[in-house]
Amino acid sequence: MLPAPFEYHAPKTMDEALGLLDELGEDAKVLAGGQSLIPLLKLRFASPAHLVDINRIKELDFIEERDGILRIGPLVRHKAAERSSLLASRYHVMADAAPQIADPIIRNRGTIAGSVAHADPSGDWGTVLLALDADLVLRSKSGSRTVKARDFFSGPFSTVLQPNEILSEIRIPAAKPQTGGAYLKLERKVGDFATVAVAVHLQMDDGKVGSAGIGLTAVGPQNLEAEKAEASLEGVRLDDAAIKQAAVLAAEAAEPKADQRGSVEYKRNVVRVFTERGLKRAYERARGGG
Amino acid sequence: MGQPITVTVNGEKRSAEVEPRLLLVHFIRETLRLTGTHIGCDTTHCGACTVLLDGTPVKSCTMFAVQADGQQLTTVEALAAGGTLHPIQEAFKQEHGLQCGFCTPGMMLTSLALLEEKTDPTDDDIRWAISGNICRCTGYMNIVKAVKSAAAQMKASAAVPAATAAVRS
Repeated sequence: MLPAPFEYHAPKTMDEALGLLDELGEDAKVLAGGQSLIPLLKLRFASPAHLVDINRIKELDFIEERDGILRIGPLVRHKAAERSSLLASRYHVMADAAPQIADPIIRNRGTIAGSVAHADPSGDWGTVLLALDADLVLRSKSGSRTVKARDFFSGPFSTVLQPNEILSEIRIPAAKPQTGGAYLKLERKVGDFATVAVAVHLQMDDGKVGSAGIGLTAVGPQNLEAEKAEASLEGVRLDDAAIKQAAVLAAEAAEPKADQRGSVEYKRNVVRVFTERGLKRAYERARGGG
Repeated sequence: MGQPITVTVNGEKRSAEVEPRLLLVHFIRETLRLTGTHIGCDTTHCGACTVLLDGTPVKSCTMFAVQADGQQLTTVEALAAGGTLHPIQEAFKQEHGLQCGFCTPGMMLTSLALLEEKTDPTDDDIRWAISGNICRCTGYMNIVKAVKSAAAQMKASAAVPAATAAVRS
C-alpha cells in the first residue's frame, strides 16, 4: 500500500519546523515515530500534501527532571520510557505503561508525544498523563501555550492542537516522596489495543491521600479522567472501603461501548477491578514496596 | 520529484533518488533488489519486514526510505558473511526454528539485536523480544530454542565479535 504523494520536509531545528507548519497550515502533518500516522497514510485515511519530519531535530529527545518538573520531549520513544531508571524509580504509572504499548519493534520507533497528539481513545499515554495531571506545551512560530492534559483531548482522534503547533514538551509535576502509581491493561494479545486499561497515580501525605489521579483507557470517546473517584480519595486514609468506593465511582465514570472485545457491563466491571488493584499497587509502591 | 538519499546498506553505501512516499521496504526490495526482507501484513503487525536501522529493529513497511537517509541499514542478506551462515542462521536450521520461512528474516534480525544486548537471554527475554514478530507455523517453541542455541554458540565462539562487527560495519 502506498500513501498518496506528498512533499517531504526534514527540518534540523525546531524554528525551521515551526516556520514550515506556519506556512503550510492544514496541508501539513508532523511526522515523529510514524507508527500511527504512516499506517493511516497507507490506508489513505489521511493524505496531507506535506509531511514535516521532526526526527532530525535531535534536541527534542529528552527526559529530565528540572525545577520541580519532569519534562519529556517530543522525540522520546516508548522504548526510552521503558528503559528509563528515573521513570522506574518514581513514575511507576509511566514505567508500567511503556512495555505494554504495541510491540517491542513499534516501541523502538513510536513516540510518547506522537501517541498523545494522535489521541486514539484506546491510546495509553493520554490516560497516563491524565492520572499524572500533566501539562502539555503547544508551541507555534508565534509563541507557546500550556494546556492541561484534561483540556487537550476533544474527542476521538481530536485535540485542541492547531495545525501550526507542535506538542513540544510534556510537563509532569515532579514526584515527591511517598508517590506510587500503576497501569493495568487488559489486551487480547501482545500488541493489541486495550480492551480496558486504568492508570493510577497516588501522592500520600502523612498516612492520608494527598492527591489521586485516575485515568481510563478505551472506555469512552477519548481517554477519560475519573474525577469523582479522584475527589473521593483526597484527604482520606486508604482503607479497603475507600478503595472500593473509588473503584465503583471510576466504573461509573466509564462510558464503554460493546464491541468484539467485550460488553458494556464487562468493561465497566474491568474498570472497577483494575481501579481497585491499581490503587492497592500504587499505595504499596508509595510506601516503598513493590 | 525524486529526493536523493544515501543509505549504508550492509556496510555498503547506496545512493538513489526516491519518491518521498516510497516505503523503506519497497526501497530495499525493489530499488536495491534485496528480496530477503519480506512484506507480510503491510499494516505494522507482523514483523516480517523487520530490518535494523542503526542497529535497532524497525518495521520497514512503516517508515519511508527518505527517513533512512544517512543511516546504517542491516538486512538479512548481511548475516551470511562470505558464504558462511551466521550462528543465528545455523541455529534456526539446526533447531528447526522455521517451517515456511516467511517470518524468518525478521525473526533473525530481531534476535540479532537481542543477542547484541543480552548475551545470555532467558526464554522470557526471547519471547518478549520477538513478540512483535508473528510466526504462523512453528508455534514459537523451536524459535526460542534456536535463539538460545545461537546465544550459546555466539558466546562460546571467539570469532563471533568479529563476525558481528562485519554485519554492522
